[in-house]
Amino acid sequence: MRSYRFRKLEDRIMISLAYAALIIALIPLASILIETVGRGLSAMSFNLFFEEIPPLGQSGGGIGPAIQGTLIVVALASVMGIPIGVFSGIYLAESRQSRLASVARFLNDVLTNVPSIVLGIFGWALIVVAIGWSVIAGAIALAIMMIPIVTRTTEEAIKLVPSTIREAAIALGVPQWKTTLTVVLSSAKKGIATGILLAVARISGETAPLLLTILGSRFWFSGFAQPTAALPLAIFNFSQSPFRTVDLPRAWGASLILIFIVLAINIAVRYYTREKYG
Amino acid sequence: MTQHEKSQNFLSKIKTNHKKRFSGDSVFRTIILLIACNIFIILGLIIFKITQGAWLSIQTYGIKFLWGTTWQPFPPEPTAPPSFGALPLVWGTLTTSAIALLLGVPISLGIALALSEFTPKSFNYVISFFVELLAAIPSVIYGLWGIFILIPFLQNNVYPHLQATLGFLPFFQGTIRGSSVLTGGIVLAIMIIPTVSAISRDVFAAVPNSQREAIIALGATRWEKARIVMSYGRSGVIGAIMLGLGRAIGETMAITMVIGNSFNMFTSLFEPGSTLASIIANEFTEASSPPVYISALMEVGLILFALAIAVNASARLVIWRSMRKTKEAEML
Repeated sequence: MRSYRFRKLEDRIMISLAYAALIIALIPLASILIETVGRGLSAMSFNLFFEEIPPLGQSGGGIGPAIQGTLIVVALASVMGIPIGVFSGIYLAESRQSRLASVARFLNDVLTNVPSIVLGIFGWALIVVAIGWSVIAGAIALAIMMIPIVTRTTEEAIKLVPSTIREAAIALGVPQWKTTLTVVLSSAKKGIATGILLAVARISGETAPLLLTILGSRFWFSGFAQPTAALPLAIFNFSQSPFRTVDLPRAWGASLILIFIVLAINIAVRYYTREKYG
Repeated sequence: MTQHEKSQNFLSKIKTNHKKRFSGDSVFRTIILLIACNIFIILGLIIFKITQGAWLSIQTYGIKFLWGTTWQPFPPEPTAPPSFGALPLVWGTLTTSAIALLLGVPISLGIALALSEFTPKSFNYVISFFVELLAAIPSVIYGLWGIFILIPFLQNNVYPHLQATLGFLPFFQGTIRGSSVLTGGIVLAIMIIPTVSAISRDVFAAVPNSQREAIIALGATRWEKARIVMSYGRSGVIGAIMLGLGRAIGETMAITMVIGNSFNMFTSLFEPGSTLASIIANEFTEASSPPVYISALMEVGLILFALAIAVNASARLVIWRSMRKTKEAEML
């Protein structure tokens, strides 16, 4: 038997190590946020938001098309991904026992974990080969990333709806499908909205699939079958530029905008769902 | 109308109503069933399309693709055929992931234990929020931060000391490069911490309190209690680690930006390298000819896909089993 003093010392040391781990993990977060905000703010200007992207190494211009491109690709992906995700989630929640549903649930988890670059290759092979670098290809790749997240959260949200609510509606003579679409969905809407927002935040920052599908561009959006710019792609391209003095501020400016969008969504979601955790 | 007719009428009304209702339900069920089947179509199409694209490379290089160590889309002698092999890429992926686990897992377990066992509840909420923000930051921003903040810091303040103390080991020899396999592993470690710590925390939180009460009643210290919690949740933690591994294997942008992108069988971690994911991000858009080049890159994608799916599926299995065990214990 080890002595009491030894055990007490060990206890102190291990607990301090656990706290140290917490602090170590927060250092990169703090550093990323501080550097992005600091360097990004000094690159902010009116033109940054509204001008076309100049060639690497040239001063002036902005990242307007990248902001526009990100909004368009994410919106298009959401239009495709959200309905499919929500209805799949309803199916999984409504037929919990069926074998098909449990297989679909497993494959849904599998799809969540497909590396994003593989989805980029898929978008390339499916669309780019046929019609060239295009917004559509990028949106499809991102929609595929979105579907499993939305499906999962919708299922979880619907499962949390008390069965008494459902039974009450059915007892009033409302058909089951109507009960699901009105009563159940509206009681689960908060959870579903959370899942959708988190999925949007997640795909807004994705770079790898876009690299192989929408390619990037310096100009404003010119059609769904054309390449376009996007914030993450612009950050990547600027970071590879040999002309650091000109292009780096732009990279940090774009990062600040992107991080602002992504973190704002995450913080809002956290704020509105805080009762669930707190 | 007689009483009997009335009741017949009423019954048939109910029946038609019921029929209508039933048909509405079955239509709805069919529709959502069809939509839910998207998952089979998507996964099937992904596998089909990527295999189809990789087919030329599979036919040309066969199984040797897996242990080939050359990557020459444009060989020095113009008459020689291009040659491709993926071993250095697999090596790069495995090494960076191993570094990520080695550095990231102890930190994640520390966080999970602190959050589930040591910190007060009110503090928990804020801290887990910050740790989850770490997961929300886009990978390309990790890359940018890696290039311009982490690399200069490591190159000036950490790597020289590391080489001075551990330089006798083969992995810490040679010229120190900032864009290197070790930096890639460190960035991955930061990126897997939120995944591993969040799941481990849930696993620890699911350990029945009777376990804690029993060991505390025996006079255990807080750390001894934490050890019991860890050993009870062991299989769940293994699952969490494997999910982290899955994330590390598939991570693309951040690692492409810091690993140096050179195709070699490195021995020193200070050398630049490539991973399965990074070579695709780096070369795919420029690989227009020869056709076998793009096909080889797609085969790399196929290997990456298979590896990620295998790791993740086994992780899910392990977690699912451990959760079931915990549930059974709660019922007793």
